[in-house]
Amino acid sequence: MKRKPYKRISLGVMILTLAAVLCGCGGGAGSSTVDTSSKETAEPAASASADHEFTFGLDSAIASVDPHVDTDAATRSVLFNVFEGLVKVTPEGDVAPAVAQDYKMSDDAKTYTFTLRDGITFQDGKAVKASDVKYSLERSAKINGDSSALSVISDISCPDDKTVVITLKSADSEFIYNLTTEILEEANDKDQGSKPIGTGPFKVAEYKEGEYIDFERYEGYWNKDLDCIDKAQIKFYDKADTAFTELKAGSIDAMWQMTPDQVKSLGDGYNVVESTMKLVQGLFINNTYEPFKKVQVRQALNYAIDRDAVDKLLLGGGSKKINTYGYPSVPEWYNADTEGTYKYDVDKAKQLLADGGYPDGFDLEITVPNNYNLHVQAAEIMKEELAQIGVKVTINPVDWSTWLSDVYQGRKFQATVIGFDFTSLAPSTWYVHYQSKSDNNMVNFSDADYDKTYDEAKTETDKDKKKELYNKCQQILTDQAASVFIEDPVNYIVLRKGYTGFASYPIYVIDLSSIKAE
Amino acid sequence: MKYLIKKFIALIITLLVISMLTFIAFSLIPGDAVLSRLGINATPEAIANMRAQMGLDDPVIIRYFRWLAGALHGDFGQSMRYSTMTVSQLISSRLPVTIIMAVMSLIIIALISLPLGMLSARVSGKWLDGLISQVTQVIMSIPSFFLGILLTVVFGLIFKVFDVGGYVSPDKDFWGCVHFLILPATAVALPRIAMVVKYLRNSVVTEMKKDYVRTAVSKGAGKRWVLYRHVLRNALIPVITFVAMVVAEILAGSLVIEQVFNIPGMGRLLVSSISTRDYPVVQAAVLYITAIVVIINFIVDALYQVADPRIRNA
Amino acid sequence: MRKYNYSLIAGLIITAFMLAVTITAHFWTPYSVTAMSSMSKNLPPSAAHLMGTDNFGRDVLSRVMSGCGTTFFIGMCTVVIGAVFGTIVGAVTGYFGGILDAVIMRINDVLLSFPSVLLALIFISFLGTGKYKIIIALGVMFIPSFARIVRSEVIRIKSQDYVKSARVMGAGSLRIIFVHIIPNIRVSMLTAAAVGFNNAVLAEASMSYLGLGVVPPEPSLGLMLSEAQQYIFVAPWYALFPGIVIALIILGFGLISEGLRGLAQK
Repeated sequence: MKRKPYKRISLGVMILTLAAVLCGCGGGAGSSTVDTSSKETAEPAASASADHEFTFGLDSAIASVDPHVDTDAATRSVLFNVFEGLVKVTPEGDVAPAVAQDYKMSDDAKTYTFTLRDGITFQDGKAVKASDVKYSLERSAKINGDSSALSVISDISCPDDKTVVITLKSADSEFIYNLTTEILEEANDKDQGSKPIGTGPFKVAEYKEGEYIDFERYEGYWNKDLDCIDKAQIKFYDKADTAFTELKAGSIDAMWQMTPDQVKSLGDGYNVVESTMKLVQGLFINNTYEPFKKVQVRQALNYAIDRDAVDKLLLGGGSKKINTYGYPSVPEWYNADTEGTYKYDVDKAKQLLADGGYPDGFDLEITVPNNYNLHVQAAEIMKEELAQIGVKVTINPVDWSTWLSDVYQGRKFQATVIGFDFTSLAPSTWYVHYQSKSDNNMVNFSDADYDKTYDEAKTETDKDKKKELYNKCQQILTDQAASVFIEDPVNYIVLRKGYTGFASYPIYVIDLSSIKAE
Repeated sequence: MKYLIKKFIALIITLLVISMLTFIAFSLIPGDAVLSRLGINATPEAIANMRAQMGLDDPVIIRYFRWLAGALHGDFGQSMRYSTMTVSQLISSRLPVTIIMAVMSLIIIALISLPLGMLSARVSGKWLDGLISQVTQVIMSIPSFFLGILLTVVFGLIFKVFDVGGYVSPDKDFWGCVHFLILPATAVALPRIAMVVKYLRNSVVTEMKKDYVRTAVSKGAGKRWVLYRHVLRNALIPVITFVAMVVAEILAGSLVIEQVFNIPGMGRLLVSSISTRDYPVVQAAVLYITAIVVIINFIVDALYQVADPRIRNA
Repeated sequence: MRKYNYSLIAGLIITAFMLAVTITAHFWTPYSVTAMSSMSKNLPPSAAHLMGTDNFGRDVLSRVMSGCGTTFFIGMCTVVIGAVFGTIVGAVTGYFGGILDAVIMRINDVLLSFPSVLLALIFISFLGTGKYKIIIALGVMFIPSFARIVRSEVIRIKSQDYVKSARVMGAGSLRIIFVHIIPNIRVSMLTAAAVGFNNAVLAEASMSYLGLGVVPPEPSLGLMLSEAQQYIFVAPWYALFPGIVIALIILGFGLISEGLRGLAQK
């Protein structure tokens, strides 16, 4: 009998500990929102002190420092700071001279003549010579083969150290956009993979594979007017959540692709820049999957998915909704008339589904890469919406490598949620994705009219006519409902107070030279 | 000596089998290192070129033996994801952190669970014993990644005693690194502390019931003296065997904790190499982990025999 | 004077309660488990939503209730696979001994000393994700620990008199194993099962964290907990409640296993 009360007490204590441990911690997490935000406002001034280096948290790691070999989005977005092409993409969505001072395109769009910028040097101090340009373009063309945009070059000649003449096999008025190809130093040929030397505003001070890359300003950069931070680090994370916690704790200074809720929870110690992710996010459907052979079924899906709801649930509603495969961030080549073609309409969707021969719906497997939270969550929302018209969705999360080999390369899928970014401003490199014979035609779209219009657009040299033809291409994709194009997702970029800037580009880049310390 | 040779051969066979299994498993999983590295913008020629360069076009069996031949010479090849790095460079830059963290976890476990276990045994059946066992039970029931997040939030964001994201590599600032690793090591250690406490307590309680203890006590030796002088030594023997399991658990635990705290250790390297199909790295990392576990098992076996002469004679 | 086994009773009460919740969720939840609403994103706990809502405006209470079921299912199936195969392996090797025993136990030891999450990671990369695949991966991983326990018990019991006499009376090996030995080691097996269940629940949570767990939007406590990390500053309740429930389930089984051990010692 003596022990009994003790036992009872300890049982009570146990339940209390359970409550205390969990509530204590959880409650702590809750109150921290108030706590830290008030403290953070006081802190940033200290964080932005002279010796503190600006750190940007990126939710993936770069593959290498060789821009010709590794052309994935993360690597490109980071190496943008180190390397430049003859021309360089501008925030306004055009290209401006970089390594070149200016250029001339012949009337037949077959010969491009470049004059190199006066006094331009590589980051090791050596002058950039015409032969370096020739070397770089040939190197990239060789690595990326016949399918690369540079394969159209027939000859590169260097009449003198300052002049490069590029002759094309056939006329290509978009070719200038592909000359953002990075210029490397020929003398560094053996070490391009380990010793990056470019002409950009920042040079690589240290690179730790899978951990971080440190930058410092290149003093000899051609643009002397540049006013920006002197040192910067881009730190790599496996999970954006971890980076966010570190941002909140103050060990990194900036991050992108945040949700409005996250931004709100940071309090007011931060500057927020609103942009878009420069992606075409959508439900990409395999046009050879039996139900999707019918255009009505594809259209039904377009009507059944409420783009506004998807956007609100995912990102609070600030994204740019689209109905075609095009980049609203480059208005020049974007057909805005396609917008609003598919307004959310369940009845119409059901009707179309019945017309297409599937009155009771069908089973659909959506394969999503599990490392992209944004796409997995979008798939979850679409599953709910498609259930309304009787399409029974199962989600199949796979890892990125599996997705690349099975879905993208193997095209063994029914539908997938993904976002496409673009490497070049040349519209032909985007719209080729829906040309029936293209290697990138993941969705197996096949439309003779599209193929014909695309070919005409690509070779057309008159800009207005070209735009008209590309607009027609996009209209076909909308009418034929090649896939369910959803949005260019809103991108909230957050900088700790003390830092401002962060230029928004039409392509996926982190431009450190646009960031200033206050 | 003969015993040692036998153990060594067993280790080699284990490693061989594991390397073969990992290789086969990897050749069956969809995707390859080149695709995952180059992403969706790569041209088919770029993919083909890199595949050829990395020797991925050869059949699995040839690749395996090529790898094996290299491995036997201590050359684990180049990483496929980070092609300027050799696998050995990559691993030697990552391994120290994980080992430091594992050792720290072990120390934390020992520092907390030994006194707690002894205390629990001494007051066995009393309310304090019950309290200890239930508190540890609750801590054990929190998934490790969540424990890591909670610790970060509480100590890093509320009390600000922990520098979130302040990792420095051990070769730059060893003590800075150790300082940073305190919290992650605690997150790895906490759930295991509960296990060790429980194990030690039961072992001590069993030992206390044995005749020699009763004799010693009846002869007038103080209970506490008997406890530390005789019982602990014998009670630790089964606990030592348990340590090998704890080490394996720590290595597994760090797999997740390294992600939570963004520590560039073996666990993160392994997880990311699996997802990028960087099989030379996976292969070597798995072998390292297996070897560590097997060797620790062996040391534990040896300790066990030193501690308990009965086994040595048997 | 009767001494109650409080651990066992408390464990049984907690577990019975969680099971009752699970069964209820099968027939009724306060709200739909999957229906989303952009109007009710990340609402704090209130009378309408006792545990608040998540990032899709789903009711956390409903998802936790339903998630219990998934978690229990994974835990149970994993333990069953581990226990059945582990028992067979352990009993056979323990009873017959010899080379078979030596070889299997070597493999067993290697598997046992290999980090289990790592094994699961490799398994899942190979099998693909999904509830059933996790069960298979975790189940297979749990075989060695069961095998080891059963084996040592079998070795202990097979030299006891009643087993010897059964053998003398001409009982076959299988009969001795399954009729005479297994029933006598049920307490240690139950304890191992309770521990195994807990490990399965924790492992599932870790797998979800690494993106290899249950497929969304099916709720599982581990998956909810790992999803909640993203919103820990925005909606801490989303992490808090699944966390408490996981802890409760594990605590329940932990207490049961402790209670069973107490029974065995008597």
